[in-house]
Amino acid sequence: MAKHETPLLSQLETGPWPSFVSDIKREAESRAKNEKGIDYQIPVDACEDLLGVLELSYKHGRTHWKHGGIVGVFGYGGGVIGRYCDQPEQFPGVAHFHTMRVSQPAGKFYTTEYLKGLCDLWEFRGSGITNMHGSTGDIIFIGTTTPQLEEVFYELTHTFNQDLGGSGSNLRTPSDCVGQARCEFACYDTQAICHELTNYYQDELHRPAFPYKFKFKFDGCPNCCVASIARSDLSFIGTWRDEIRIDAEAVKAYVGGELKPNGGAHAGRDWGAFDIQKEVVDLCPTKCMRYADGKLEINNKECTRCMHCINVMPRALRIGNDRGVTILAGAKAPILDGAQMGTLIVPFMKAEAPYDDIKEKVIEPIWDWWMEEGKNRERLGELMKRQGLQRMIEVLGVDPDPRMVQEPRSNPYIFWKEDEVEGGWKRDINEFRKYHKR
Amino acid sequence: MPEVEFQGKKFNVDEDGFIDDYTNWSEEWVQFVKQEEGISELNDEHKKVIDVLREYYEKNGIAPMVRVLSKVTGFKLKHIYELFPSGPGKGACKMAGLPKPTGCV
Repeated sequence: MAKHETPLLSQLETGPWPSFVSDIKREAESRAKNEKGIDYQIPVDACEDLLGVLELSYKHGRTHWKHGGIVGVFGYGGGVIGRYCDQPEQFPGVAHFHTMRVSQPAGKFYTTEYLKGLCDLWEFRGSGITNMHGSTGDIIFIGTTTPQLEEVFYELTHTFNQDLGGSGSNLRTPSDCVGQARCEFACYDTQAICHELTNYYQDELHRPAFPYKFKFKFDGCPNCCVASIARSDLSFIGTWRDEIRIDAEAVKAYVGGELKPNGGAHAGRDWGAFDIQKEVVDLCPTKCMRYADGKLEINNKECTRCMHCINVMPRALRIGNDRGVTILAGAKAPILDGAQMGTLIVPFMKAEAPYDDIKEKVIEPIWDWWMEEGKNRERLGELMKRQGLQRMIEVLGVDPDPRMVQEPRSNPYIFWKEDEVEGGWKRDINEFRKYHKR
Repeated sequence: MPEVEFQGKKFNVDEDGFIDDYTNWSEEWVQFVKQEEGISELNDEHKKVIDVLREYYEKNGIAPMVRVLSKVTGFKLKHIYELFPSGPGKGACKMAGLPKPTGCV
């Protein structure tokens, strides 16, 4: 018998999609039975009270968590999101319901041994509920009490060789696409750089020292499977600068119907026979492809590496061999001054361990600038708006490049530096009056 | 709101142990928070951080940004964590009687 009636939530147990309600109920049951004889360190009925408070929120149409919460572990300024229920008498099991962010491995590959270890720890010292994973990438332990935080942290670090993720005005947990682990489009080792920079900037991740949050994300190619261009202040997107490699035999196989376009992604509907002209050549955004006499040609000088042709014919077309990253900066959600996606700041850079160029010529100059000039709670993208892309280019110490803008400005409010203008700004009005009477 | 008593003084605090009102701060409060925040002995550097935080708050109505705190005290962030293991927010601001940090923490 469940502790609380949950008629509204129970409706969400119907339908084909995996039901989070059924799952939480199962965990609640498992805790109640406690077949493994665990000495639960937070209330046994935490899951039931969570469902109870959620049912109440469904009924009221309002949240029942109090504002904010500042908890953590000694030595770090982030990693734990404190949360308290605003109906603690009715739902004592979730009176404290803090979330712990646990740093995830790049690409999110696991062994069951590792996951079982974490689950044992979390059943013992937490609610048994997780989020796999948070949007930024962390493994999320949902729901525990303040006294358990240091205990969980001790076990994570000492038993599992595992650290917390980031929260607060700091470098948040970096994340990446699956990369070269199992994708032939990956232009650099996203997992290696994600891991390296996470380790290299541990201080910046654990101890908030920034004006606001800052995120890195690493995409192996412009398909952006981790959405770095939209969800990271500094977005690393793989690309190449030589030629797309064409396998003429495989092109024939696509045209002949032996190979399915897009790896068979559209097999659920009859789109007719594959038409290379219509589905590839005519859709190329720069129209730099030609298919004639059974031969596919690409004018690579005009190619913007949008990935479309490669996505459609992955067996026939491959990324080039001279690979690196494009770096974009400033993506953010709407608050405060409107949503932004990344703006291109570095058209091409090699991405090879130990990534010194990326650290010393891109990341650190940007941090130095933003940490000095950024206002309280001002994202990098907002600083770029306030002080201008020109300032960002100066910070990077590079020359402005046409690739950094989509189009030139249309207004004529153009600032000049004084030393660029002959005679400077110091002028004497009397000198002017000699030639122009009032 | 829970009430804690320490050395004959009473304080109203929230769940995270932050004082309800800046003006209710006292020397006893500092001594009380000290034990919660993993600090064995208070020295002049702790006091300097607390004084700077309180002065800044009185003047500006908000807590200073981390790098402002570093600049004014001359302490690097690393040293502030040595003084206050929970950091400038949860550790020093709590001890100085400032309101709880808010936002996306």
